[in-house]
Amino acid sequence: MKIDLQAVEDAAKDLYIRALKLLPDDIKTGFQRLDQRESDDTAKSILGTMMINIKVAEDTDNLLCQDTGIPIYNVTIGRGVETHGEDLRGAIRRGCERATREHPLRSSVVHPITRINEHTSCGIRVPVINFDFSDEADALHLEMIPKGSGSENGSFLQMCIPAEGEMGVKTFVVDKVMEAGGKVCPPTIVGVGVGGTADLCMHLAKVAATRPLGTMCEDAEGARLERELNEAVNELGIGPQGLGGDSTAFAVHVEIAATHITMNPVAVNIQCHSARRARATFTPQGIHWGF
Amino acid sequence: MAHHILHMPAGEAAIRAIRIGDTVTLEDTLFGIRDATQIHMFDRGRETRFDLNGHAVIHTAPNVRKVAASAQCPTGYEPVCIGTTTSARMERFTRPLMQRHGVRIIIGKGGLGEESRAAFSAIGGVYLAIIGGTAALETTWITRIEDVDLDDLNPESLWKFGIKGFGPLLVAMDSHGGSLYDAVTQRAAARREAVLAKLRA
Repeated sequence: MKIDLQAVEDAAKDLYIRALKLLPDDIKTGFQRLDQRESDDTAKSILGTMMINIKVAEDTDNLLCQDTGIPIYNVTIGRGVETHGEDLRGAIRRGCERATREHPLRSSVVHPITRINEHTSCGIRVPVINFDFSDEADALHLEMIPKGSGSENGSFLQMCIPAEGEMGVKTFVVDKVMEAGGKVCPPTIVGVGVGGTADLCMHLAKVAATRPLGTMCEDAEGARLERELNEAVNELGIGPQGLGGDSTAFAVHVEIAATHITMNPVAVNIQCHSARRARATFTPQGIHWGF
Repeated sequence: MAHHILHMPAGEAAIRAIRIGDTVTLEDTLFGIRDATQIHMFDRGRETRFDLNGHAVIHTAPNVRKVAASAQCPTGYEPVCIGTTTSARMERFTRPLMQRHGVRIIIGKGGLGEESRAAFSAIGGVYLAIIGGTAALETTWITRIEDVDLDDLNPESLWKFGIKGFGPLLVAMDSHGGSLYDAVTQRAAARREAVLAKLRA
């Protein structure tokens, strides 16, 4: 399957805008689930306003949140896809720039030292573009995630040691959810990376934080950790916006990797309640749009 | 729990009458301010031509569209989506905003810390919690962008918004030392040991 780079550029542009305006169904369902079991009046009222905002964004064709985030594109290339990686990267970057100029969107991206904003949502190594591969014959997946800064600032890494065991990992997650409090815009998805190297561990936490609600870690031990930590963080009473309540997190998601005999790393990356994603799948039949 | 409708600017007495747990709706004018705006104002000596005395600021950097200047868009900026960012990063600017510029109300999400609490008590100010991530809704409370200053910092310029029915917003910190975040933080700390014990079992 040959890939039309102009179509990729157009999709990269449309995906950024779609992601900012339409919340995925799993997150909407997540809100309903939290609202049903929430026992605190203020928390219930906050969840209600958040759900109204989703409707207002749809009705007025507006962005859910003003934070256009750091743009992230996850590209999954099927076995039968014929393209050149560098060309693909260029097309995505052009699409990201066009979304910013043509919608227009606030460019939230600056040089880290000069703080200069080029008003393109692009800069050195941004948008973040991750490449992965799949066995599918004729499919190219383009997933777009505008990662908000309030929750991205809730990112933490700890190189625990083996003697701290699983409890070291769990304690770190609980303490970081407490420390983040209302700053990360709860209810959140708490992404946890366990194992790997320092950089892989943090990447896994991001993968976990941006995974759809209702999905589970493929590893049984990781899935157990998800269940236990989900219960734990929601017992802290931090609640929506850190103003108290039962609804601190939609879920805790865990992703794992093998690690070194001397290491026990854990990373936390948090996704806010505006848990935005959009997906375009290129097939020989055309482009399928979803989440 | 009272509801207050405040036409901006407001005096100290009106601010002192507001207590945590109350709700507030603002009318007329609101200023938008952000990290870079305050770094330039307070660390690099930049001056603004705006009079912020008695006014409310919201921690924001809006999405705007450039259009031809008109009565509705005097600066050539039209609002696209205007919301709120996390306040905690701007903690150290609360006192100078109040002392040097007379700001009485800070609107943001996630709360402010001890230095801000002390400034609110000493000078007479409040923190109003807006619900982060609900910018589509907040944008409907903004009538127009009336003016902009320090616009070389765009989008972190100092914005002057016209507003109508901006709220209701929850009073999360008041001028009497009260903070809704305290009870939540204390409860979480009190529950921590039990939560960890269960995880250990």
